[in-house]
Amino acid sequence: MSNVAAENLPDAQGHFGPYGGRYVPETLMHPLQELEAEYFRAQHDPDFQRELSYYLREFVGRPTPLYFAERLTKDLGGAKIYLKREDLNHTGAHKINNAMGQILLAKRMGKTRIIAETGAGQHGVATATVAAMFGLKCVIYMGAVDCQRQELNVYRMKMLGADVVPVHAGQKTLKEAVNEAMRDWVTNVRHTHYILGTAYGAHPYPVMVRNFQRVIGDEARAQILEKEKRLPDLLIACVGGGSNAIGLFYPFLDDASVKMVGVEAGGLGIQPEQHAARFQGGSLGVLQGTRSYILQDEFGQIQSTHSVSAGLDYAAVGPEHAWLRDASRAEYTYATDDQALAAFMKLARLEGIIPALESSHAVAECMVRAPKLGKDALIIVNLSGRGDKDVAQVAAKVGLQMPK
Amino acid sequence: MNRIVERFAQLKRDGKKAFVVYIGAGDPNLDATRQLALAFDQAGVDILELGVPFSDPLADGLVNQLAAQRGLESGTTPPKLLETITSIRKQSSIPVVLYIYFNLIHKVGMEKFIADAARAGVDGLLVLDLPPEESDNYEALMSKAGLCHIYLVAPTTPEDRMEKIVKRGAGFIYYISREGVTGMQTQVASNLAEQVAKIRAHTSLPIAVGFGISNPEQAKAVAKEADGCVVGSAVVNQIAQHGKSPELVGKLSAFVKSLADAVKTI
Repeated sequence: MSNVAAENLPDAQGHFGPYGGRYVPETLMHPLQELEAEYFRAQHDPDFQRELSYYLREFVGRPTPLYFAERLTKDLGGAKIYLKREDLNHTGAHKINNAMGQILLAKRMGKTRIIAETGAGQHGVATATVAAMFGLKCVIYMGAVDCQRQELNVYRMKMLGADVVPVHAGQKTLKEAVNEAMRDWVTNVRHTHYILGTAYGAHPYPVMVRNFQRVIGDEARAQILEKEKRLPDLLIACVGGGSNAIGLFYPFLDDASVKMVGVEAGGLGIQPEQHAARFQGGSLGVLQGTRSYILQDEFGQIQSTHSVSAGLDYAAVGPEHAWLRDASRAEYTYATDDQALAAFMKLARLEGIIPALESSHAVAECMVRAPKLGKDALIIVNLSGRGDKDVAQVAAKVGLQMPK
Repeated sequence: MNRIVERFAQLKRDGKKAFVVYIGAGDPNLDATRQLALAFDQAGVDILELGVPFSDPLADGLVNQLAAQRGLESGTTPPKLLETITSIRKQSSIPVVLYIYFNLIHKVGMEKFIADAARAGVDGLLVLDLPPEESDNYEALMSKAGLCHIYLVAPTTPEDRMEKIVKRGAGFIYYISREGVTGMQTQVASNLAEQVAKIRAHTSLPIAVGFGISNPEQAKAVAKEADGCVVGSAVVNQIAQHGKSPELVGKLSAFVKSLADAVKTI
């Protein structure tokens, strides 16, 4: 069994084995070094940790339940399924765990302006929310296509007082929003903090975001031990950049008996530009500050991606996931658009929970695995977000009509 | 001797400043790039920086992003660009620097990319998103191939870091005159002289200043303080306007000459 957690990665330069690092224009190098230093100071500062715990408890609503999905378990006829209910956080997804941590850090650093990218809009909403709460100016970059397909979240961000800037470059989705946020940051770095929303980008973002998200796994581990008096056999989470997955996985890395599987977006199937499964069709590359698996052509141009889920529709995957895969500590698979839609409907009908399309990918993989495991097996599925934002899109796809 | 090093040595002997022009390669197509390179050589350009079109140019402002898009649409790939440089080399010895995002090098491998570039007649690389910390054996491979690895210094670079960077650089130091992406500005940064002096305290390499310089007055003001000035977006903007015109080369040549003349009259 591997001892990946014992290796205490990333190293001082932010490398997870051959992945990670800091590949950015010179203007950002020193600001990233300052951010890194301040983050590690905060991480070991009991006052900072107390403040973070206070807001996570009183404002975000943590801990979130670990819910036994009884009817889904019965329906699938195999392993016992628990859902980690990150959808019950304030703003409706795990994203606020990280947004809260980073805005407290921004305040500590004296930054007065916050920027962020968003795909599905959940990270944008979380960021706009904490910015409103602390009275900081906030600008959210969002691909123009994503603005359309996640309209509800655009309105939420505007109501919270954020400026939402649609990005019209390229395929007008998450990758372009990240480019635009980085351009803003390069220009305004002295007074602006960039709240990157996933375990991706230049060091220290992957490690910082992971550490702000590990609360998911820390809670889940304690909860399952309390409920079942033993560790789970399998963890399942969707992987876009990979923050909800690494948040769940990380506290279990030393528990050799716990298997973990990350689920990427299989889109319309694994053909070029039809999916966002970097471990299926990708190769090693450097994009937006880090070295990891990316979807690219023979010359290194980044390829278009497709997923029904805006939050997973991204050409690169977080470097720590690439490392966990190499170390055989986690396994990575994919679910197609159709599988995710079916899982979305199934969870709504059986459990009374409407999941985000992103999280539906994890549920879809659970539908494949649970029946193959015995009734004494335990699965935890990370239900990373709720699906309110997706209802119009899903209704159209599955053909729901308004009553006459 | 490397053409960049040679050119700066010559300029120093003549008491002149270097005029560096940036354009996006393959904008509007690679044949135009070849013609522009030859015309710029005649118009007084000392070094030509060719932006290699990349799908995700996150350090570039809108003008250069659009140029990259036009470059990609015209089918510009690194191998085709190197063929174009080979053909420029038959008629001109203008020093050529590739301004490039690291993934395009990483994909084919550092060793092969550098060897191919050297063979085609490239003189230097300026890799936007490859800081010295991640450079691995880049500097050694570049030196071995006779190419200059040009490093950037930014206004946010503190002096101890600046010292480390400039000691490792080759050819010249590219000072980014302001925080931000590439693009035209109305004013030259007020602390430029001070910043250039700080860099000069740590290196004998020539210092070229770029980002935001868009007219002859600014070019002249910058060249006074540094060893050279770089004009990019302002030229790219002219290509965007005249790209489809049969007079593209003539118009651009005249525009670039006005800038070159300003730099050369110091």
